[in-house]
Amino acid sequence: MRPMPPGDTAPLIRARRLTKRFGQLTAVDAIDFDVAPGEAFGFLGPNGAGKTSTMRMIGAVSPRTDGELTVLGMDPDAHGPRIRSRLGVVPQEDTLDMELTVFENLLIYGRYFDVSYRETRRRADELLDFVQLNEKRDELVERLSGGMKRRLTIARSLINEPDLALLDEPTTGLDPQARHLVWERLYRLKQRGTTLALTTHYMDEAEQLCDRLVVMDKAKIVAEGSPRSLIERYSTREVLELRFPVGVQETLDDQLEGLGDRVEQLPDRVLVYTSDGEAAAVAAHERGLRPETVLVRRSSLEDVFLRLTGRTLVE
Amino acid sequence: MAVAGVRHLEHNLLVYRRTWRGTAFSTLISPVLFLSAMGLGLGSLIPGGVARFDGVSYLAFLAPGLLAAQAMQTAAVESSWPLLAGFKWLKTFQGAIATPQSPRDIALGHLYWQVVRLGIVTGIFLLVALVFGAVTLPLALVAWPASILTGLAFGMPLAAWTATQQTESSFPVIFRFVITPLFLFSGTFFPIEQLPAVIQPVAWLTPLFHGVALTRALALGHGLDPVVLGIHTAFLMGLVVVGAAVALVTFRRRLIV
Repeated sequence: MRPMPPGDTAPLIRARRLTKRFGQLTAVDAIDFDVAPGEAFGFLGPNGAGKTSTMRMIGAVSPRTDGELTVLGMDPDAHGPRIRSRLGVVPQEDTLDMELTVFENLLIYGRYFDVSYRETRRRADELLDFVQLNEKRDELVERLSGGMKRRLTIARSLINEPDLALLDEPTTGLDPQARHLVWERLYRLKQRGTTLALTTHYMDEAEQLCDRLVVMDKAKIVAEGSPRSLIERYSTREVLELRFPVGVQETLDDQLEGLGDRVEQLPDRVLVYTSDGEAAAVAAHERGLRPETVLVRRSSLEDVFLRLTGRTLVE
Repeated sequence: MAVAGVRHLEHNLLVYRRTWRGTAFSTLISPVLFLSAMGLGLGSLIPGGVARFDGVSYLAFLAPGLLAAQAMQTAAVESSWPLLAGFKWLKTFQGAIATPQSPRDIALGHLYWQVVRLGIVTGIFLLVALVFGAVTLPLALVAWPASILTGLAFGMPLAAWTATQQTESSFPVIFRFVITPLFLFSGTFFPIEQLPAVIQPVAWLTPLFHGVALTRALALGHGLDPVVLGIHTAFLMGLVVVGAAVALVTFRRRLIV
């Protein structure tokens, strides 16, 4: 939450050929990226792509196997505690103490950062306001809903007023309402100047929150850019989605050919990539195609992912 | 920076402030039951009484043995399920190491916490024993740290072991085949001289025997041979130091991957 000095553009995180292996398994395979001060940077990819391993290396709790990594200008292997003192970490699992109250969870976490009890109490109340949990202040954590626990974990990660927040799937498992509340709070955090690095397998999350992102698949980075530039580079402006009765789609290869710039056949639907979805829908009708449903939509990161990997992201 | 491990101790104290009521009753009632049933009740049936137990009543003989055994059991409980909860079920240790804290802080903090917890349990035991007239106050104060040391001699090696476990399945086995036999055959209830001659050397190798012998000698105030007491203390201290050293490694391996 400390404002960044103007003109300071040295990256907060810098990775070159960063690699993590667990025995025979290569979880992260020689990836390069930079995260600039003040930006919201995303790692987008399916489960098992290497996002969490990357986050744990950045968080100085998992030593890298190979390559270079600097976080806040320091090497995590040499300065783990100093780096961690300036990070705010939201792990994939909440790691809250169920035997303590909401407030006590914040209190002990502040102590882990050597913040005085007095100051931790002040910050804890402020943060409970920020994540709208003040009414639950003295409730045991085990009685909270999943969304409330997630918000508490976010509040906890801010108790040391971090320069860099690391969020590993901040909204996975939350209902839509809870997700929107978390997004809104993260957006405010970004507005205050905190740098965010987050992983997600939700396209809408990446599009909402990230200034820039990398798409990861099978331990590697397969594309990098802003959400908009990725869509422009790897997809078309619009997508026509056609659903056919069971068994019909398989017989249509010839009729689908050349309908748009590109045609993707998924198990349950056909995607036609085109600059003009309406025109493609009319063309399909003229070819005698009679889908059960027709949908024209804007291209999304989901389409980028499909193009890059040949697979859908959330199956 | 605070002294290594102090924050983890604070965390445990914060939890204890909320959960102490759950164990308070058994901590108080267990010595009352054992000392009255075994010490007074069973003790009154033992022929020869005083002459057989270092010149003291069976109650006075039994109390320090039970004290050391209770320390062992308390430390064993603290170093099994609650630790695995921190590593695996709640993952609070993973939460802690995302801060400037390290696995070393958690291992050392666990040691400090055990000293506090054992101090409370054995302190209450000694208060009950005082009320029963089984010990005198000055000797109780000398025996107190010996019983805490006995607990730590079990707690730290077991903590090192727990950090390597993926499930709780080994804990009941340890309690059934290590803790309970030791409780029964380490001189807690009768002098090990009563055991068959071939088994007596085995008893010398068990940590609870040394804990009971040390605690009892100090609580009764006789049989204070400095060499023998030195051996008992060194044996127990050795287990604490080795247990802590191995725990530093296993905690680190468990948490830093």
